[in-house]
Amino acid sequence: MGYTLDFSVVWHAMPALLWGCVGTLGLALAGMTLAMIIGVVGVAARDSKAAWLRALVIGFVEIVRNTPFLVQIFFLFFALPLIGLKLNPTATAIIALGVNGGAYAIEIIRGGVQSIHKGQVEAGYALGLHKGQVFRFIVLKPALRAIYPSLTGQFIMLTLTSSICSAVSAYELTSVAQRIESDTFRSFEVYFSVTFLYLAISWLLMLGFAVVSHRFFSYPTR
Amino acid sequence: MTPHFGLPEFGFLLRGLQWTVLLTVVAFVGGCTAGLAVALLRTCGHKGVEWITRIYIGIFQGTPLLLQLFVVYYGLALTGLKLDAFVAVAIGFTVNASAFLGEIWRGAIQAVPRGQTEAAMALGLHYSSRMRDIVLPQAIRISLPATIGFLVQLIKGTSLAAIVGFIELARAGQIVSNQTFQPLLVFGVVGAMYFILCWPLSWWGSRMEARLALASQR
Repeated sequence: MGYTLDFSVVWHAMPALLWGCVGTLGLALAGMTLAMIIGVVGVAARDSKAAWLRALVIGFVEIVRNTPFLVQIFFLFFALPLIGLKLNPTATAIIALGVNGGAYAIEIIRGGVQSIHKGQVEAGYALGLHKGQVFRFIVLKPALRAIYPSLTGQFIMLTLTSSICSAVSAYELTSVAQRIESDTFRSFEVYFSVTFLYLAISWLLMLGFAVVSHRFFSYPTR
Repeated sequence: MTPHFGLPEFGFLLRGLQWTVLLTVVAFVGGCTAGLAVALLRTCGHKGVEWITRIYIGIFQGTPLLLQLFVVYYGLALTGLKLDAFVAVAIGFTVNASAFLGEIWRGAIQAVPRGQTEAAMALGLHYSSRMRDIVLPQAIRISLPATIGFLVQLIKGTSLAAIVGFIELARAGQIVSNQTFQPLLVFGVVGAMYFILCWPLSWWGSRMEARLALASQR
């Protein structure tokens, strides 16, 4: 028996799918925000004087980077209620994405901090810049510029990873797709189209990040 | 009565681990073969071919692995072939690996100094000898840390086969967790198993990267 592809179900479900895209972006944005907070705190703790704190951060980074996100989200799904956090699946997914992205953010931000030489800061003072100016123009902006490509790449990775949050039925594009699939049994058509929705999301993000980079970071280094 | 997490359950997880390893090996070997072809096509010098392989790589890098698996899994089902679940997911991971390894090796091939290719041409070596004897041996050295990094990604990625229902380590963990009602213990053990598999590779990869960086400074 032949099978005829029917993409009309996808067309009818397009409004729901587009809302799923919004859900995915929201999930990624919230996860990335949490990841940045964990990243900054983690970098500070990574270089602290307390050896146990340094070991804790290193251990956290290694564990997160060497285990699958799916296992992490399952673990958190059951662990969070035990510490009194009874959250809905979407909030759980945000925490899981934040924890996962945070481990990578620690490494990225640490690289940015290390890329600023002490001599540059001293040169800034020698030129008569005051403290705020030194921080803004000599520390923050070059550091941001140094980590911008990895950080935006990480954001796109996080957006794609968020599809795994459908495993705990968080509200995002893949779980919307799964619902439509179970209503229509058009598995291939639905997932094929949704794959290209993700592709559109990541290409738009890449384009947006490139525009921002061109606007703020296109000055010569030497 | 619900069983507690004991030796039989641990054994079940170990059998899942076996499937994870097997899936990784099959996808990595297949991905290396196809990835080499992708990398060579991507650097072949023909504009049209390079553009097509670039799109191919871009599609796999810009979409979630989970959706790629879904498309391959349900797409293969449409062809009417009765494929084993293992074969279907192995094909999915292989195609994904071919794109990522292709891109890693594309970078490595282009990182080999141009003078090497030019010298080989001046010596009258033809394309296959130039690649096999001059460019690829150097490119492999350069690409090794990133290749190992991708292998770790692949091991972690095989956990997604659980979502399409193939019983590997993550799916075995879900099953045992549902039977024993001890999710934290079970997923803790499952996580530890993945960690034992991935961490030595990560460590090896970063050590090699540091050594290569040191060598290039000289």
